[in-house]
Amino acid sequence: MLVVISFIEDEALLKDTLIQVDHRFEDVTGVRSGLSDVSYLADDGIAGIVYLADRLAKPVLIEGPAGTGKTQLAKSVAEMSGARLIRLQCYEGLDESKALYEWNYKKQLLRIQAENEIRDWGEIEEDLFSEDFLLSRPLLEAIRAEDPVVLLIDEVDRVEIETEALLLEILSEYQVSIPELGTVEGNQIPLVFLTSNGTRELSEALKRRCLYLYIDYPDLEREREIINAKIPGMDENLADQIARIVRSIRQLDLKKHPSVSETLDWAKTLLLLGVEKIDADVATETVNVLLKYRSDIEKAIKEFADNPDSIQETEEEGAA
Amino acid sequence: MSSTSELNESTHIEGDESPLLGLLNGFIVELRLAGLPVSLTECLDAMEAVSHIPIEDRDAFKYALGATLVKNHSHWKSFEIVFEVYFSVRGSEYEIQENQLENLTDDELSESELKQGDAPSGGGAMSGLSPEELQEMLFRALLNGDQAMLRLLARQSVIRYAGMEPGRPVGGTYYLYRTLRNLDLDSMLDRLMNESREKALNDLTQLEERLEQDEYKSRIEELKKQIESEIRRSLVADRGVEAMARTLRKPLPEDVDFMHASREEMANLRRSLYPLTRKLAARLARRRKYGRRGPLDFRKTIRHSLSYGGVPAEPKFKYPRPSKPEIMVVADISGSVAAFARFTLHLLYAISSQFSKVRSFVFIDGLDEVTRFLEGVEDIGEAVHRVNTEADVVWVDGHSDYGHAFGVFWEKYGKDIGPKTTVLILGDARNNYHASQSWILKEAKQKARKLYWLNPEPRAYWDTGDSILGEYATHCDGAYEVRNLRQLEAFIEKLV
Repeated sequence: MLVVISFIEDEALLKDTLIQVDHRFEDVTGVRSGLSDVSYLADDGIAGIVYLADRLAKPVLIEGPAGTGKTQLAKSVAEMSGARLIRLQCYEGLDESKALYEWNYKKQLLRIQAENEIRDWGEIEEDLFSEDFLLSRPLLEAIRAEDPVVLLIDEVDRVEIETEALLLEILSEYQVSIPELGTVEGNQIPLVFLTSNGTRELSEALKRRCLYLYIDYPDLEREREIINAKIPGMDENLADQIARIVRSIRQLDLKKHPSVSETLDWAKTLLLLGVEKIDADVATETVNVLLKYRSDIEKAIKEFADNPDSIQETEEEGAA
Repeated sequence: MSSTSELNESTHIEGDESPLLGLLNGFIVELRLAGLPVSLTECLDAMEAVSHIPIEDRDAFKYALGATLVKNHSHWKSFEIVFEVYFSVRGSEYEIQENQLENLTDDELSESELKQGDAPSGGGAMSGLSPEELQEMLFRALLNGDQAMLRLLARQSVIRYAGMEPGRPVGGTYYLYRTLRNLDLDSMLDRLMNESREKALNDLTQLEERLEQDEYKSRIEELKKQIESEIRRSLVADRGVEAMARTLRKPLPEDVDFMHASREEMANLRRSLYPLTRKLAARLARRRKYGRRGPLDFRKTIRHSLSYGGVPAEPKFKYPRPSKPEIMVVADISGSVAAFARFTLHLLYAISSQFSKVRSFVFIDGLDEVTRFLEGVEDIGEAVHRVNTEADVVWVDGHSDYGHAFGVFWEKYGKDIGPKTTVLILGDARNNYHASQSWILKEAKQKARKLYWLNPEPRAYWDTGDSILGEYATHCDGAYEVRNLRQLEAFIEKLV
């Protein structure tokens, strides 16, 4: 009981202390049309969660297969709201000096050397660990920025589980504790997007602080719209055919299913080749744009050349 | 449950207890009962989230709850079912929508009947249709991809064919089966294909045919889903939300028992396996990197002594090139663990794609090495097929005989077990009362780095009947019950 009260008070307190930015978006439809203006086609779920992220001042954790537009969503939101995109690319071995802040050692050293008369050490120390010698890294920069920013923490599943803890403070309180300096509070609550390819399970602590959005491969309708929106001069019928073939390929048991970006590459290829209608030959010749593994390509070609009955048999065997 | 009571109190603190909060509270309790991990913070988030969205928008409401309460995509399906059941009979807005749908489709109905030319004289009411006419309308709707019509037809077919009786204690799958059997969707697909073949000007090419078929299949799939949720809705109306939610509760993917997994669940399991083996690989690799310290590196020490004016103040050590872990997996693929074996083979394949030095063995009463089938093969289906058909695992009668299998293993491959080798044995240790030959495991354990036993049976069944796990387990570094992904993950955690 006590815990609950203090929690709520904390949150109220937090909201008072931070400078409240005006809400960025009016309503869900606004988000949706805004995103489609920068040619990102969002479905209701995506637009709704972006809207909620703004209203609740919470980060969004985006998961889903590779190449479904997770990173692009953050970029498009930045573009649409006219904010600066600050990006932190995660990798194994990322540490706080790369993600949060670092002391500018060289400058500190110069400062000591430039000091001529002998002064009280305590004074110098105080001098050395001041904001002048602090190098902001993406996370700190994002909350200290004066202008509107969107923070993108890309492929967060690549960092070790221990490093994840670095993110927790900034994601829930929008502040950074620096031992020598105290707590640096943010000037704003940026929109934060974290993306993950799901190579490992993220920690509960991180998930709890985020809204969760899963972006799957688009359905037929949306994929067709994406092709039309992204590739001007695309024939409607061809786009429809492309989307349908891609959907069929995604149903196969492949190592790596074609992503949206690969679909677009394929569509561009077909457009350049001046193809008007896709037949088995064209598909066979260009399928390497869509699929990147030899075994996948062979499988797809086999699917489209053989008669469907035999395919079903092999599927049965495979599953057995 | 303590957190639930806290939740109740927290709503008091926020002041007036609105009906919405009470409703959400109940929903969250239901989610927890379904096994979803929902924390207190997440509940509060959900309550705040729904205050920002128009409450009459059902989809937005669902997404808002989903984004705040469900943080794992594999839990989404469970969430959807609970949502559908819990909110199906509530909310008058939804009722109105239903009526509108009815009106709307009634018009379309008569239109499509006109098109057919043989409209029944009874007017627009669907109950007056003969089975053939219903079938015909279904055919048209599928052909044109008419969503509203399909929804209406799904409802009609449930009313007509499911034979639902109030209070009858059978599950939804029974009604689903009855409905689908009457609709005969397989021959419907053939009819649809024939129709589009006729409609085409020239012959359909292989590719076009395939695409058409996929399109119809997805429409039929959609119809099945409609029917399923229609049945669910009727059942909720009959039995009430709580009872229905209870019967629909399904285990989450990580809790699905390997031994009793359905085909669909198995496919999900397979997908979840790869991250796990990567984790396993990462764990073993980290151990290799940080776990050991080599002898003094003289050259490096001297080099570093230069910065201390020639005094070797900081000794440097060699970090030996990490040796690759060698893993030997010995798996039982006999009938008693058939379902588990299917999973085991996938596990074997996943492991061998992560580690370069994996040797895989399968046995029933004989034992054979299957490394060659799994290595460098890109298609898991083919690999499993080859293991099942080509591996020589039957010695006498095809009933598992651990003693003999271990004997073969020891004789042929025992010399390959070294101090770097980790041996994993997968099986239920049901030995059909043959000799146990447990001395082999004892010897093997002494030679190997670690020896683990993973058993797909519940711990309570160990050492009952012909299971002699206890005898084997005394010679292992550990015997673990691994019946689902959660337990497998826990085992991997322990491995370090």
